[in-house]
Amino acid sequence: MLDINLIWVLAGCALIGAGSSVVGVFTFLRKESLVGDAVAHSLLPGVVLAFMLFQLKSIWILFPGALIAGWLSLLSISGITQYSKIKPDTAIAIVLSVFFAVGIVLLTNVQQGTYGNQAGLDTFIFGKAASMLPSEINLFILVDLILIGTIFLFYPYLKLFVFDPEFSRAIGLPVRLLNFLLSTLTVLAVATGIQAVGVVLMAALIITPAAAARFFTNSLKALIFIAVLIGVISSVCGVMISYTAPSMPTGPWIVMVLSLVAVFSFIFSPKKGILSRYLLRKRHLVKMTDENVLKAMYHITNQSHKRAVGITVLSEARRFDGQQLGASLKRLLKSNEIQRENADIALTEKGNERAARVVRLHRLWELYLNKRMNIAEDHVHNDAEAIEHIITPELEAELVKDLGYPESDPHHSEIPGIKSFRK
Amino acid sequence: MIALETHNLTVSYDKQPVLWDIDFTIPEGKLVGIIGPNGSGKTTLLKAAMGILPADSGYSRVFEKPVDKVRERMSYVPQRQSVDWDFPATVMDVACMGRYRKGRLFGRLSRTDREIAINALERVDMLPLAKRQISELSGGQQQRVFIARSLAQQADLYLMDEPFVGIDAASEEAILNLLRSMRSEGKTVILVHHDLHTALQFFDWVVLLNTRLIGAGPIEEVLTEENLTKAYGGKLNLLSRIADLIGSKGYPIREKSSEE
Repeated sequence: MLDINLIWVLAGCALIGAGSSVVGVFTFLRKESLVGDAVAHSLLPGVVLAFMLFQLKSIWILFPGALIAGWLSLLSISGITQYSKIKPDTAIAIVLSVFFAVGIVLLTNVQQGTYGNQAGLDTFIFGKAASMLPSEINLFILVDLILIGTIFLFYPYLKLFVFDPEFSRAIGLPVRLLNFLLSTLTVLAVATGIQAVGVVLMAALIITPAAAARFFTNSLKALIFIAVLIGVISSVCGVMISYTAPSMPTGPWIVMVLSLVAVFSFIFSPKKGILSRYLLRKRHLVKMTDENVLKAMYHITNQSHKRAVGITVLSEARRFDGQQLGASLKRLLKSNEIQRENADIALTEKGNERAARVVRLHRLWELYLNKRMNIAEDHVHNDAEAIEHIITPELEAELVKDLGYPESDPHHSEIPGIKSFRK
Repeated sequence: MIALETHNLTVSYDKQPVLWDIDFTIPEGKLVGIIGPNGSGKTTLLKAAMGILPADSGYSRVFEKPVDKVRERMSYVPQRQSVDWDFPATVMDVACMGRYRKGRLFGRLSRTDREIAINALERVDMLPLAKRQISELSGGQQQRVFIARSLAQQADLYLMDEPFVGIDAASEEAILNLLRSMRSEGKTVILVHHDLHTALQFFDWVVLLNTRLIGAGPIEEVLTEENLTKAYGGKLNLLSRIADLIGSKGYPIREKSSEE
């Protein structure tokens, strides 16, 4: 079923995806995403010049040309920032546009010239992976081995250098060399990708896998692994889409798939995604309502010296929204924190304990704001209404200790349950 | 033994001279504060003394040797804000970074290295959080991790940049006690410090700075009213106007930068 050509393209794009993702993790962590983009655009004049000199379209000729141009662009960026008052972002933009413009001028020149076989050189702008030669695959394998091998060998040093360059310098690590190494790896990775994805979109293949993977892990090793996975899968998907729909371009589809993965990660990541953050917020709002209901019942029963509370009394006490109160009471019944007593409801022991804790936190916080932050007694209530639902047991213990096991708040109300904190 | 000596050190930052002819010696076994107002060049002095910032002229020596010869005996704690704490690493990872050495093949760590890092975490009371992500730490905890990394280097001279900034009272006390016990072990600890009030309790030796050296020596000799007026006097002097001029025009201030 699969024709051999497709297999070459799949293999090639997967290799490119893997290599650029590995390097991209470090580019991403160094916050040099834009540098990656500038390097990618800057490769174009190198590729075209190499062609003009040797009049061959072999990747083994064009690739070194791309490398040299990529390197020159990096040197230009650091040169401009070092020797002029131009800031890095401006330097990056200047280098990107100047190199790319030179590339386009040369390319137009070549296409109108008499080179004979210049057709197809413009594919380097947006990439064209529809055909790949085994000799190109060999190059990609070689480059991937260099990239992954170097990063594996120097992993501890690279990690330290990216995290804290000044400390690296202080312990005498060759930081210039490490910087040179990482830059070279970036240029290598970008240069292999331009045939598949093109200079315009190559930055996406470097940065997006790492940025998406960052949503799923806090470990550098796992970050590299997941980034590679995302890079490879997206490349393969992009190739398959453009293969099944023949008029579809490969490079842009790879980038489209990558972007979808990134958006997916951004929304659905278990800890940092916006969905989980939204749910967390929702859960906290529910918790606030429940605790406010319990607290209101606590206050009412303490004043009336009766166990049970009528629903109307409760509802009026804090002007609860009817629907919210109903839902909250259902939850509290289910969690066994309140129980029915005829038409009324009463706190169970469990519910009473939780209510007492909320009241305690409220009054502790009022006392803290008043005593330690010098806020007047009549200004502390609103803050305490919010903070009482947030304070963790550890912070609570610290607060009690810091305030010297207080028995009453600034309004002279009793703070319940302080005794249990004394050892 | 002299722990740190600077000789006529002149340093520019972003092409503008910020330190002029700094000349002092610090004996071994002291707890030293580098003190001066904002922008007086405290951090620059620390970095130039370690040779991680090039000097326009002058040099520094550590334990009476050129800095590059004794890097293994020096330890550096950068400003806490100088790194991105969102970096994917654990507390243990950072402590282990103190064991990386130049010249060790590919930087792999041995079991002894790990034990040393664990010990260092224990001394700053961060061992229970060894597996915690550094992004989840409080300011004081971050500072203690940085100090643990530095302890793991097992150096003799410690240079710390503002370790007391933005931390809670408990961390401050823990760090101060640690520094004192390091001093009693014969280590030399030099820290950049901006708070004059606490300086009196913390240090036994100070370097008072305001782009030029105001004084260096035992704290009671240096922190005199006269010296403090010189350092914190507030009025812009001719020196800072010259420095601004040099910075804005980009004039070189030495025909050749003199390396030792």
